[in-house]
Amino acid sequence: MRILIRKGYLIDPGNGTEGERDILIEDGVITKIEPSLKEHKADTTIEAKGKWVIPGLIDLHTHLREPGREDEETIYTGARAGVKGGYAALCCMPNTEPPIDDPSVVELIQQKARSAPLKVYAIGCISRKRAGKALSEMGLLKEAGVVGFSDDGEPVMDSLLLRRAMEYSLLLDLPLILHCEDKRLSLNGVMHEGYYSTLLGLPGIPSEAEAGMVKRDLELARLTGAKIHIAHVSCQRSVEYIREAKESGVKVTAEVTPHHLLLTDKAVLNFDTNTKVNPPLRSEEDRQALLKGLKEGVIDAISTDHAPHLSTEKEYDFLEAPFGMIGLEISFSALFTQLVETGNISALEMVKAMSFTPAKIFHLPGGELSPGKLASLSIFNPKVEWLVSKDELESLSYNTPFLGNRLKGKFEWVIVEGKIVQEKGRIK
Amino acid sequence: MKKWKRKHLISLRELNPEEIEFILETTHSFREILERPIPKVPTLRGRTVANLFFEPSTRTRMSFELAEKRLSADTVNFSPGSSSVLKGETLLDTVKNIEAMKTDAVVVRHSSPGIPYFLASRLLHSTIINAGDGAHEHPTQGLLDIFTMLERKKKIKGLKVAIVGDIRFSRVARSNIWGLTKLGGEVRVVAPPTLLPPNIEKLGVKVFHSLSEGIKDVDVLMVLRLQRERQKESFIPSVREYRKLYGITLDKLKWAKDDVLIMHPGPINRGVELDPEVADSPYSVILSQVTNGVAVRMAVFYLLLGGEGWE
Repeated sequence: MRILIRKGYLIDPGNGTEGERDILIEDGVITKIEPSLKEHKADTTIEAKGKWVIPGLIDLHTHLREPGREDEETIYTGARAGVKGGYAALCCMPNTEPPIDDPSVVELIQQKARSAPLKVYAIGCISRKRAGKALSEMGLLKEAGVVGFSDDGEPVMDSLLLRRAMEYSLLLDLPLILHCEDKRLSLNGVMHEGYYSTLLGLPGIPSEAEAGMVKRDLELARLTGAKIHIAHVSCQRSVEYIREAKESGVKVTAEVTPHHLLLTDKAVLNFDTNTKVNPPLRSEEDRQALLKGLKEGVIDAISTDHAPHLSTEKEYDFLEAPFGMIGLEISFSALFTQLVETGNISALEMVKAMSFTPAKIFHLPGGELSPGKLASLSIFNPKVEWLVSKDELESLSYNTPFLGNRLKGKFEWVIVEGKIVQEKGRIK
Repeated sequence: MKKWKRKHLISLRELNPEEIEFILETTHSFREILERPIPKVPTLRGRTVANLFFEPSTRTRMSFELAEKRLSADTVNFSPGSSSVLKGETLLDTVKNIEAMKTDAVVVRHSSPGIPYFLASRLLHSTIINAGDGAHEHPTQGLLDIFTMLERKKKIKGLKVAIVGDIRFSRVARSNIWGLTKLGGEVRVVAPPTLLPPNIEKLGVKVFHSLSEGIKDVDVLMVLRLQRERQKESFIPSVREYRKLYGITLDKLKWAKDDVLIMHPGPINRGVELDPEVADSPYSVILSQVTNGVAVRMAVFYLLLGGEGWE
C-alpha cells in the first residue's frame, strides 16, 4: 500500500522545517520526503497543493465519558470527533464511571478503541476511586497500558499522599497530570472572580485557587524529582510559578486549552452555560500571559479538555450547569482563525504544541514527519470556511460557545499509521 | 411623545439614562392613580401575566400582583412548592407550558443569576420582567428606590447615596448602583471587605469599610438586610459584632446629613442592620418604598406591554 502526498506545505516541528514537499508512505511508514518525488506508482495520490501537511494531532486531555456516560460521548464518537479535528491520538481522562483505577477498565477502553479511527491512550487514576485516600495500583495500571496518572477534577488535597504518588511514579517513569485547584478556595464558584463575576452576581473562583496549588505541586515535584504535567493552566500566576520551577530544574511540563487562549471571562456576559468551564475563563491579562507562556515554551502543549455534556444538562441555570466544553473538532480551526491568521502565534508553534511536544511529554509515538517514522499525519486546508453547528459536529454533545461561529480551515485528510481514516469529512 | 422600545426588563445595567428617566416619569402618573378612590385602570384588560417565583418572596410578589390587578390584567401564580418542578420538569418545559397558555408577560424570580436572559432567549412571545435573579439584578426594586429618592430629594444628580451591608450577595445593591450612577448620583458602598464583591469600584462607586466615613454627609442611607447565614459562612464573626460596626442606630445617624433618608428593601432584621427607632423614625421612607413599588411596576407593565387608556 503506497500513498503519495503531492506538493503539500509540510510543517514538521520535529525538524523545525516548513516548505512544499512530496511525501511517500509505504506500508504505514513514511519512506520519502522530498521537494519533488518522481514516483508515480502509488495506490492513492493526494493532491495537497496549498494545504498544510502536519503530524497527526495528539490530545493529552480528552474526556471520552465511556464507561459510564455513553449518552454524552463514547470512545467511538469521541474518536470520530477527533479525526474530524485532525487528531491521530487521544489520551482519555479517568473520571469515568467506574474510574480508570483498575487494569480491567484500561482493557475495556482498549478493546472499545479497536474499532475507533484513531489511537486512544488511557490515563490511570492516582488514587483509588479518585478519592484522594489511597494510591491506585499504579504499577498494574502501567502494565495494562496507561500513559500517565491523574485524578483530574478531584485534585489530591492530601499533600502526603501526593508526595507518595510522585515518589512511586519514579519507579514507573510516567508523568502525573495535575488539575490544580484548592477546592476550598473555589467553593461554589462558577466563573473567574473579578469584574465580570461582580457584574453578573455569580460566585467567583479566584486565580489563586489554581496558582496556590500549582505552587504546592511544584514544590512536591522539586522534593521528589517526579515528572509532573500541569493540566489546563489558566492564569498568569501559574505561568510565573511554572517558569521559575522550570528554570530551577523541576521536571514540569504544562498545557493550556484552546478556550483559555481564545476567550476571557467577558464571554460569560450573556450567561451562556457553554462558557462555564473549570478552570474558568480568566481575564484578558491572564489570556495574554498564557499566550506569552506558550510562545516562550513555559507552556508546552495545547490540550482540548474536550468535555462533552448533554444539552439537557447545559441548558439550565448557570449555577447548576456542569463545567466543560467540547473542543476536538473546533480547536485547531479556532486557534488558526483567531491566533495564527492574526499573527499572534506561528503555524509551527501551534502545530508543535499540538503534536510534537505532547508526544514527547507522554512518550507517545508520532508527532514527527521523517522517513522511517509511522505515518500519522493530517492535511489541513486553511482556505475553506465553515460554520460551527450542531449538525456539523461528530461529537454526541454540542456544548461549545463557538456554535454559530464561522471558522477558517478544515482537515481534509487524516492518516493514522498509514491508514486514511478521514477524507473530506468522511470518516472511515 | 417618547416611545418605549424594549420588550423585556432584565437589568438596569442595559438601560440608558433616558430610558430610566422615562420609566420614572411614567411612574408619576401611576402613583397618582394609586391615590384615587378606586385605584384601578383598564390598561391591561384581557392581558395575562404569569408570576413565576422560584424563590420565596412575599412583598415583591404581592407588589407585582397588585400592580397587575390595578391594571386589570389576568394573573396566574406559580411557585415551586405547588408545581411540577419538584417532579423533575426542567425550567424550560415549565415556562414553555405557561407560555402555551398564552401569557403576555412572565415575571420571574430565581435564585440563579441570568435566568431571565435564559427565558428571554427561548420564549418567543412573552415579555420577561426580572423580579430578582440571584445576586445579579432586581431592576424594579432599583427603580422604586430611585423613584422614592426623587420624590423626596427632587433630583438624583449629585445626590450622595450610601448602600450599607451585604453588597456581595445583593441584587438590590447592583440595580441601585447602575441606576443611580447612570443618573449622576454619587454612590458609596459601605461594608466589611468580606461582604464586598471583587472590583466593585469598577462599577463606579466609592468603597468604604468604616461606617462613620462611609455615611458622612450622605443624603440617602440604604440599609441592606444581613442574612444570618453569613455568620456561619464566616463572612462576619458574629451578628453582635456586625451590629456594633454597621448596624444603623439613631446615634450613628449624626454622621449623615440632617435630612438623611433611611431606606431598606425589606424585610428588616430589626435590631441587627437597622434599629427599630430608626426604622420607625421620620427619616425612614421604607413604607413609601413599598407604595411606590406598585406604581413603578404598573409603569413597567404599561411601557413593556404597550397598554392604553391609563389617563
